Amino acid sequence: MHDIVVIGGGPAGLTAAIYARRAARSVLVLEAKTCGGQILNTPDIENYPVEAHVSGFDFGARVEAQARGLGAEIAFEKAVGLRRDGADWVVETAKGGEHRARAVILATGSENRKLGLPDEERLVGRGVSYCATCDGNFYRNKVVAVVGGGNTALEDALYLADLAEKVYLVHRRDGFRGEETNVARLKARPNVEFVLNATVRRLVAEKRLQAIEVEDVRDGSVRTLELKGLFVAVGRIPENQNFASVVELDASGYVVAGEDCHTRAPGVFVAGDNRVKPLRQLVTATADGAMAATEAVKYVNGLLDRGT
Amino acid sequence: MTPVTKETFESEVLKAEKPVLVDFNAGWCGPCKAMKPILEEFEASTPDVKFVSVDIDDQDELAEDWDVASIPCLVLFKGGAEAKRSVGLVSRDAISELVGA
Ligand SMILES: Cc1cc2nc3c(=O)[nH]c(=O)nc-3n(C[C@H](O)[C@H](O)[C@H](O)COP(=O)(O)OP(=O)(O)OC[C@H]3O[C@@H](n4cnc5c(N)ncnc54)[C@H](O)[C@@H]3O)c2cc1C
Repeated sequence: MHDIVVIGGGPAGLTAAIYARRAARSVLVLEAKTCGGQILNTPDIENYPVEAHVSGFDFGARVEAQARGLGAEIAFEKAVGLRRDGADWVVETAKGGEHRARAVILATGSENRKLGLPDEERLVGRGVSYCATCDGNFYRNKVVAVVGGGNTALEDALYLADLAEKVYLVHRRDGFRGEETNVARLKARPNVEFVLNATVRRLVAEKRLQAIEVEDVRDGSVRTLELKGLFVAVGRIPENQNFASVVELDASGYVVAGEDCHTRAPGVFVAGDNRVKPLRQLVTATADGAMAATEAVKYVNGLLDRGT
Repeated sequence: MTPVTKETFESEVLKAEKPVLVDFNAGWCGPCKAMKPILEEFEASTPDVKFVSVDIDDQDELAEDWDVASIPCLVLFKGGAEAKRSVGLVSRDAISELVGA
């Protein structure tokens, strides 16, 4: 039995562990892959206070070391379910294990949204990518496409325009949600072609991706774009389905909770990118971790005072 | 994990007696760095499999030859041919499945 089980060892979960340990509560962090979360993917963080530059790997490794140094336990297991048992919560893991806790903090972050096309998964690393800064180098002097209309898509297209022979920017609408300055910069690039009002309807591939078919949403006409790489930048999705019977999710799957990080279930708190919120960044994820842990500690202390 | 190059790939990987897990990685790749200590743990506990690494920045031809276009990329070779592959940051269980540990 732990006072607090934190699900997810990203910036939010590890910060929660730091706060809970400093309040002298026992803490177990469950992490499905490796600590650090999404931020591992960026070589350079420039907007987290105190250091002008830090790599995502160093950030993750240092927060992990800080949490461990304060006595947090970390187990590499994926949580797949959560249920109430008397006054306790029981976290179920993928391998059939269970962890009992007085309070639980959900800090499961988010994953790349897929297009949902046949073969997409098989082609990851063989033409399909979700991270331009990670994989862009493999497409030097080749033809690529970016699909999406937000800032990530625009920034990916700009980044790739410096490397690739040609970049198609495929977006299902006319206008972009991303910043106008990015759109203007892209328009000035001779090797960027806008393919608007269009969706990707098929990935053409044998062993590797060879082309994509895009469909015009207005008249249904189809065009084939020969290319080597497709960068998917259509947003991120939270993975909270395993906990949907316990907490409330909004239409996009985010856990409904205010800034105090309380979910509708007493003793279950949420922290980080998987919570409903307007800005998903490190500084807001770590802020949530602090808040959720503080509230969880209050909750646990309340139980202990009542002798349960 | 022994680093291998274009020159040593054949002898170290393709002609190896044991199955070989090749870790395609690069210094700038955070998820690769995060997986490295885990792979080293597996290397110590899985004597039936040889573990090697390929730095794709130095060895871009090897990456090209083996169709590696996203890292981390782990490829298991058996008898000189690719047997299994995983792309991206994966769990310990997925690595264990890959090397049959
Ligand atoms: C390429 C990229 C660049 C970025 N750059 C910046 C930047 O420069 N500055 C900035 O402030 N933000 C940046 N961000 C955003 C930032 O990374 C996120 O806001 C932050 O990581 C969110 O932290 P989190 O802990 O909520 O979630 P995550 O980082 O997503 O961590 C969640 C963790 O939970 C684990 N997990 C998920 N489900 C389970 C489960 N069921 N059981 C166990 N473990 C589970 C995951 O494996 C993961 O480790 C960037 C994001 C990306 C993708």
